[in-house]
Amino acid sequence: MEFSLTEEQEILRDTANSFLEDFSNSQSIRKAMESDLRFDPVLWKRMASEMGWTGILVPENYGGIGLSWVELVTLMEQMGKNLLCSPFHPTVCLGISSLLEAGNEEQKSTFLPLIASGELIVTLACLERSGSWLPEGIETTFEKKGSEYCLNGIKRFVPYGHSSDLIIVAARKKDNSNSKDLSLFLVGSDNSNISINQLATMDQTRPQSELKLSNLKLSKSKLLGKEGDGWEILNKVRSLGALGIAADQVGGAQKCLDMTCKYVLEREQFGRKIGSFQSIKHRLADMMVLVESARSSAYYAACLVKEGNDELDEAISIAKSYCSEAYFKCASDSIQLHGGVGFTWEYDVHLYFKRAKSSEIAFGSPQLHKDKIANFLGI
Amino acid sequence: MHLEFSKKEELFREEVSSWLSKNLTGKFKPVVGRGGSGDQTELLEERVEWEKHMGKSGWTCIGWPKKFGGRNASINEQVIFYEEYTKAGGPGRIGHIGETLAGPTIISFGSKEQQKRFLPKIRLGEEYWCQGYSEPSAGSDLSAVKTKAELVKGKWKINGQKIWTSLAKESDWIFVLCRTTKKSSGREGLSYILVPMSQPGITIQPIKQITGQSEFNEVFFDNAETQEENVVGEVGEGWKVAMGTLGFERGASTLGQQMAFEQEFNTVLKIAKENGSSEIPSIKNQLSEAWIGLRIMRFNALRMLSNSRDGLLSKEAMLSKLYWATWHRNLGKLAMDVLGMESEIGDKLPYDLTFLQKMFLFTRSDTIYAGTNQIQRNIISERALGMPKEPRGDNKK
Repeated sequence: MEFSLTEEQEILRDTANSFLEDFSNSQSIRKAMESDLRFDPVLWKRMASEMGWTGILVPENYGGIGLSWVELVTLMEQMGKNLLCSPFHPTVCLGISSLLEAGNEEQKSTFLPLIASGELIVTLACLERSGSWLPEGIETTFEKKGSEYCLNGIKRFVPYGHSSDLIIVAARKKDNSNSKDLSLFLVGSDNSNISINQLATMDQTRPQSELKLSNLKLSKSKLLGKEGDGWEILNKVRSLGALGIAADQVGGAQKCLDMTCKYVLEREQFGRKIGSFQSIKHRLADMMVLVESARSSAYYAACLVKEGNDELDEAISIAKSYCSEAYFKCASDSIQLHGGVGFTWEYDVHLYFKRAKSSEIAFGSPQLHKDKIANFLGI
Repeated sequence: MHLEFSKKEELFREEVSSWLSKNLTGKFKPVVGRGGSGDQTELLEERVEWEKHMGKSGWTCIGWPKKFGGRNASINEQVIFYEEYTKAGGPGRIGHIGETLAGPTIISFGSKEQQKRFLPKIRLGEEYWCQGYSEPSAGSDLSAVKTKAELVKGKWKINGQKIWTSLAKESDWIFVLCRTTKKSSGREGLSYILVPMSQPGITIQPIKQITGQSEFNEVFFDNAETQEENVVGEVGEGWKVAMGTLGFERGASTLGQQMAFEQEFNTVLKIAKENGSSEIPSIKNQLSEAWIGLRIMRFNALRMLSNSRDGLLSKEAMLSKLYWATWHRNLGKLAMDVLGMESEIGDKLPYDLTFLQKMFLFTRSDTIYAGTNQIQRNIISERALGMPKEPRGDNKK
């Protein structure tokens, strides 16, 4: 048992942080989040080719570097800390995980090397108008017509849908009463029977789209996993997706604490630094407890992914609910302790606050995960 | 980063658990699961026997260096030991103050003679220790201690009062932080002196606490005596020694403590399922949150232990007291919410409370003793986050 980063993992963390401090600073974040793509494609290429990040989970024989979720969480913590605008989470946590979980050899050898080299951006389209994470939330249907599948429906809340090349779509068999009879399909975004409409999001660093599939025809080879296995695959992938978000939240919460500590040591009122007031100090101490505990929970779950442990789902629910609440509390307190300037567009605090909110509900709200925990407890 | 224990450590776990299951039977059966919070002063004779038995078998003081009779157990091994000890229902340790505070202090700061005189008896369960730090006017501000010691003909004469002393009546020795320099104040002029408890100069007055029981005491020193050589470290360097003592508790026992918390949590959960309160959404949610909190306490502790190999407290360690104390206090409240109307009804007249009632009341002290939550927040914000230190007041005004 050695629950601390190895030297190599520390190097990865520090390298990632200094790279992101340079290329995901306040100015570049704002530029990226207001651009059409909502990320900087030049930076994306560098993340792939120079840093090897897009291939972090991709096994070496598919052109990646084949590291574990511990390294991925270490990296994503830094991305959250530096508020990186990029389709990294959908591509790596959702795209690669889905392919590794359910892809056949042909699919893996086609797509994984392209993802690793940064040429392919992937996303997952599972949610629909109800926003429900339950199988019933998926109304999009597929029909088998000869050797083809035909999909119809409207997907919503698709992360980076507008800038993805490959979309993993969840659909249910038409006229089948079994709500869990779902299947997944690999859909190219260039298909003319798919229309993609980018939505205005409160958190500009996490764009979302609505996808309309009208008589979208797919060959059999586009089925991901077996027909009817979609719900099981989705559960695993979304669980990992939740862990990726949790890692981002740890970094974001840490940055909120860091920014606030810096500010309260600069700002003076009543002839003293406001950081000398206990009302401020104690709030910062509570923030630190949240941040460190959140970090422990995310890394614990990451170790379990690596070690293939039965406790994994529970650990991820613990991490996602705790990290979500920790980030939101730290971001809220950060605004409060910054006073008036925390409310301005100019300071970055609002960007973190908004990301805290969007990530809180992504991949299951804290309440959803607490209900899962209650279920584990038999209540 | 990995969570699995090594093969060697797993073998050690088997050794510990098999020894415990073979030995916590027969005449030791009555002490199983006893002596925890709210039950600290029960079954003392039997628990002393158990301490001696553990000592003889080499299962006390396992983290001490081999030359002082320990096993030089690694942090991981200590973690495993405490986990197995709690799992097996090992009784609350009467010897823990000697093992984790007095002993390590004597090992680090004591003379060879002191080590020879005191350590074997701690290890073998033959002498027990209590702590003489807090005073009525020196609580959070420990450096305000007033108890005095004066050297008269080769003996220290001690006068003053200590308070909140656990196991005072059961202990043979007390380590006392007291003033040896006249007119000194603050951290200067203090010494760390070992004083025998059984003497006319010492009076013990139990404090009746919120539960109606007495687990803490006041200890009065009225010309109490101890030999000149019983100062640990240099005369006047007591503050340094006392702070060293606090640093020894590196947290290997926290995982054992957490397993005890888990048993309490399971008790509350079981009642909630039985009386149906777990179906009330707010209770269900609180149970779920309590479990999340408990698991994260474990994850934090694993990180803290992994990061403190060099023997120094990591910054995570500063968070642990605030975290567990607050969690445990919340569990006490949740237990009462789960019990509903029954939460008011005790075991028997006149004032014999149930285990959970005692826990509810006792956990109010968790966020006070060993550094209140407020002091912990000062420590965290000043030492870990670099905030300005609290100014000292001028009490002469």
